[in-house]
Amino acid sequence: MRAHSSTLPAPTFDDPAFVTGVDLSTATVAIVTSAALHTPDDDAFSAGDTGYRTIPSDRRDLVLGHWSPNFDRSGLSLDLNVVYPIDRLTELADQGVIGAVAPRHFSFAGNQPDDVSTIRLDSGPAAAAEARHDGVDVVLLTPV
Amino acid sequence: MSVLAHVFEAAGIATVTLSSIRAMAEKVAPPRALHCEFPLGRPLGKPNDPEFQHDVLARAFAMLGEPAGPILIDHPETIEDAESEVLSCALPPRFDPDLPPAVDEARGIRKAYDRVHAHRGATSVGRSVDADGVPDALGVLHRISEGAPWKDAGIPGGNTIAVCHDIRTYYEEAALELADTPDPGGRQIESWFFEQTEAGKTVLAARQAIADQGAPFPIWFYMTPGQR
Repeated sequence: MRAHSSTLPAPTFDDPAFVTGVDLSTATVAIVTSAALHTPDDDAFSAGDTGYRTIPSDRRDLVLGHWSPNFDRSGLSLDLNVVYPIDRLTELADQGVIGAVAPRHFSFAGNQPDDVSTIRLDSGPAAAAEARHDGVDVVLLTPV
Repeated sequence: MSVLAHVFEAAGIATVTLSSIRAMAEKVAPPRALHCEFPLGRPLGKPNDPEFQHDVLARAFAMLGEPAGPILIDHPETIEDAESEVLSCALPPRFDPDLPPAVDEARGIRKAYDRVHAHRGATSVGRSVDADGVPDALGVLHRISEGAPWKDAGIPGGNTIAVCHDIRTYYEEAALELADTPDPGGRQIESWFFEQTEAGKTVLAARQAIADQGAPFPIWFYMTPGQR
């Protein structure tokens, strides 16, 4: 699977942004995952879904909505944190390593159309705007 | 993931990306990436190992101190898949010989599934059928494997991929209760499902039958991992 994924087309970014001056000890941190996790009461991900779901920080009863059969799913069943390290972030906040855990986190489906134009130009910026609204300073991105 | 890193960074939010495909991280070049050569599906590496997960996070967050990017570094540890390691995982004996073996088997592991569901407080079964529907869904796949036309066999929800997700997930979640190993490795439970259970064999046989009946490639191919 890794070998196949390595051959897929990839977009390039001219003059990419690079944020500096982050003080992690005061930063609010959110998780963005491509595992298509969602709460059971939220809309399920469809195959080829280019949207995102938000996950309240206190929820642990998450469903795997990813449509690819090509990755290990048992790790998530064993321990949510191996994909979505929400308890680890909470511990880091308690220790003062990070400032705070964001109130919401963001979930996309990793199996996107090759041009990834929707998450690049539409749903991605929309999620980022919501994160900004929540006061998020740092995002941790976790794939599956 | 790397694309989203650029999107969030452009919005003024600093990003750290856990990379699972190094070649993709090299091509897309997110601002800060920690490549983790861990089983796909386990970006933090080790379930139920908070110390290891904190090590991954510490290495990722340390990149925030760098003045410029893109940065791509490697986690020093490699974790291999365990798909070739046989999982010791008890399956119920045959109970109703009048049923197809997979249907009988799925009924037999229901209590294990229920215990895991109750413990976790969540299940990823339910895309096409819930746990109650898994045995009947296996019955449909059994009939297809015996020659029934796949279009007329009554696949729940009409979606081969969704129903196979539910069957496999039902078994993989139940396996957490049935396995002798407390923390099976990457893809170890997947191998158990496809190689040791009647349900896995039924899914593979139905997939082959659907392909042989001339169904479009996506209809049958994504019923299982590609290498199966």
